[in-house]
Amino acid sequence: MSAETPIEARGLTKRYGELVAVDAVDLTVEPGDVFGYLGPNGAGKTTSLRMMLGLIRPSAGSVRLFGRDPQAGVAALDGVAGFVEEPRFYPYLTGRRNLELCASLDGHGAAGRIDEVLDVVELSDRARDRVGGYSHGMRQRLGIAAALLRRPRLLLVDEPATGLDPAGMRDMRLLIRRLADDGMTVLLSSHLLAEVEELCNRVAIVRKGSVAYEGALSDLRRAAGSSYRLRTTDDALAARVAAAQPGIEEVDQSVEGGLGLRAASDDALGELSRALVESGALILELAPRHATLEELFFALTESSEDGGGGGDRVAVAATSVAANDGSGS
Amino acid sequence: MNPGVLSVYRWELRKLRFQKRTYLGLGAAAIVPIIFCVAVATQGGQPNDVAFGRYIHETGLAIPLVLLLFGSVWMFPLITALVAGDIVAAEDHNGTLKTILTRSVERHQVFAGKALATMTYALAAIALSGAVAVVAGSIVSGLNPLTTLSGTRISAGRGLTLVGGSLLVYLMPILAIAAIGLLFSTVFRNSAAAVVGTLMASLLLQLIGILPGLGFLQPYLLSTQFNSWQGLLREPIDWAPIVRAAWVCSLYAVPALVAAFLVFLRRDVAGG
Repeated sequence: MSAETPIEARGLTKRYGELVAVDAVDLTVEPGDVFGYLGPNGAGKTTSLRMMLGLIRPSAGSVRLFGRDPQAGVAALDGVAGFVEEPRFYPYLTGRRNLELCASLDGHGAAGRIDEVLDVVELSDRARDRVGGYSHGMRQRLGIAAALLRRPRLLLVDEPATGLDPAGMRDMRLLIRRLADDGMTVLLSSHLLAEVEELCNRVAIVRKGSVAYEGALSDLRRAAGSSYRLRTTDDALAARVAAAQPGIEEVDQSVEGGLGLRAASDDALGELSRALVESGALILELAPRHATLEELFFALTESSEDGGGGGDRVAVAATSVAANDGSGS
Repeated sequence: MNPGVLSVYRWELRKLRFQKRTYLGLGAAAIVPIIFCVAVATQGGQPNDVAFGRYIHETGLAIPLVLLLFGSVWMFPLITALVAGDIVAAEDHNGTLKTILTRSVERHQVFAGKALATMTYALAAIALSGAVAVVAGSIVSGLNPLTTLSGTRISAGRGLTLVGGSLLVYLMPILAIAAIGLLFSTVFRNSAAAVVGTLMASLLLQLIGILPGLGFLQPYLLSTQFNSWQGLLREPIDWAPIVRAAWVCSLYAVPALVAAFLVFLRRDVAGG
């Protein structure tokens, strides 16, 4: 495992008795990534993050942060910061006091950065108020401030925008974007698809504790983009022609007002066009179907199929997207 | 500079300074001697059936010693349990344990800092109670020579020194209770359960001490060690009960501390 790779998880598993909370997760977060760790509530995202931060022990497998094992001690967290679930502080202490506590437990001159990080999260004017009186959004920002005290190269944040009002969500996204633009690698656990779509370049989609897809967001979209919607002068004939055409798969006649299909390549699509014209089914519409992350997410996380790797599941997603398109959703 | 046990310890003390339960415990440690002294000043009687009870009108130095006897039943165990039972469980419950365990201090350093803060609080409670009792007792009965358990009279200065020594000896079973409280706090992850559990454990040991047929256990009970300070108030000083208290208390404290330490080190921090 590379010392330059911010996060490498291999076969990471956590069991609580019979319950498998995290199931053999393989994950690689590269330097500079804003990595979305996406999944429905209860998918095992927070448990994974807790293992990454050394708060809980894996039942099997391993995770390395810059090549170091967080179970071996806090030295593995050098250059790493973050929080799981909502950041928690001492309500009877002021925001500044809480940061002083964190800084004193960090050392390395962290105390000298308190004013700076308070400015970054725009909490300087409330720093002398007790945290017990802070809003949820202010506590989230204080959590980011506490993380920044460590000057992290890797920031792990768990649902940072959950519970925030729209303005708070926007501010949180802007803050994370700014940190990422400064070169920080970010792992962002979320179930908010818009947040991930806006911020992340790579994603892992988890479902029932295991990773259903890991890769670039653009690849995921591209994979789903190989599905098409076809409308011709004779859809029944077109369906027969398409089904017989090499490289054309999953022809779906249930699509309202046309057909759904997948093309293995652009060449296969070109050949289909030629065959359709030759058969007399004139093309009225042949449009790629760009799935939204939300559609892909639901297709991946709600699929009843358990087998297959990421690629297979993206195919499942793409088919589901075409079907959804046909049903007018 | 790398942070360590001292950083954790300092912050644990600061956190204690901001918590109501700290003042509840220390307040009780201070107010009980005052109430006792007011009662001594306004009532004519005296508790003749306890050591030094008959001298409370003669010298204020007898008052902290009588309070040590009364306080061992529930007051000092409760004061100790208030913080010992809470110091880990409250962090677990509030989710702040994950906050401190993701900084640059190792778990064993966090535990050591918390254990030291708990011991410091127990020491402060005993010292405060003793100091208030001496001052209030001296106001009520004067700072006069003290009659030892051997019947000899010693000067007020030597009496004061021995009262201080007695408080230190008394601290040994208190620290053992603190260790049990830490264990419960770490294992139960629930502050109320840990505080009540610690107090119940202390009371259970006292109950065993008075059960017929279990007299042979008496020397090995924690509750018995609360009286070991009386060895200091004999002429010459009887060190035997004090030495026994040291190892008997260790028998309770060390396994409890080690168990708490191991649980804390290996536990999953899944709350909050």
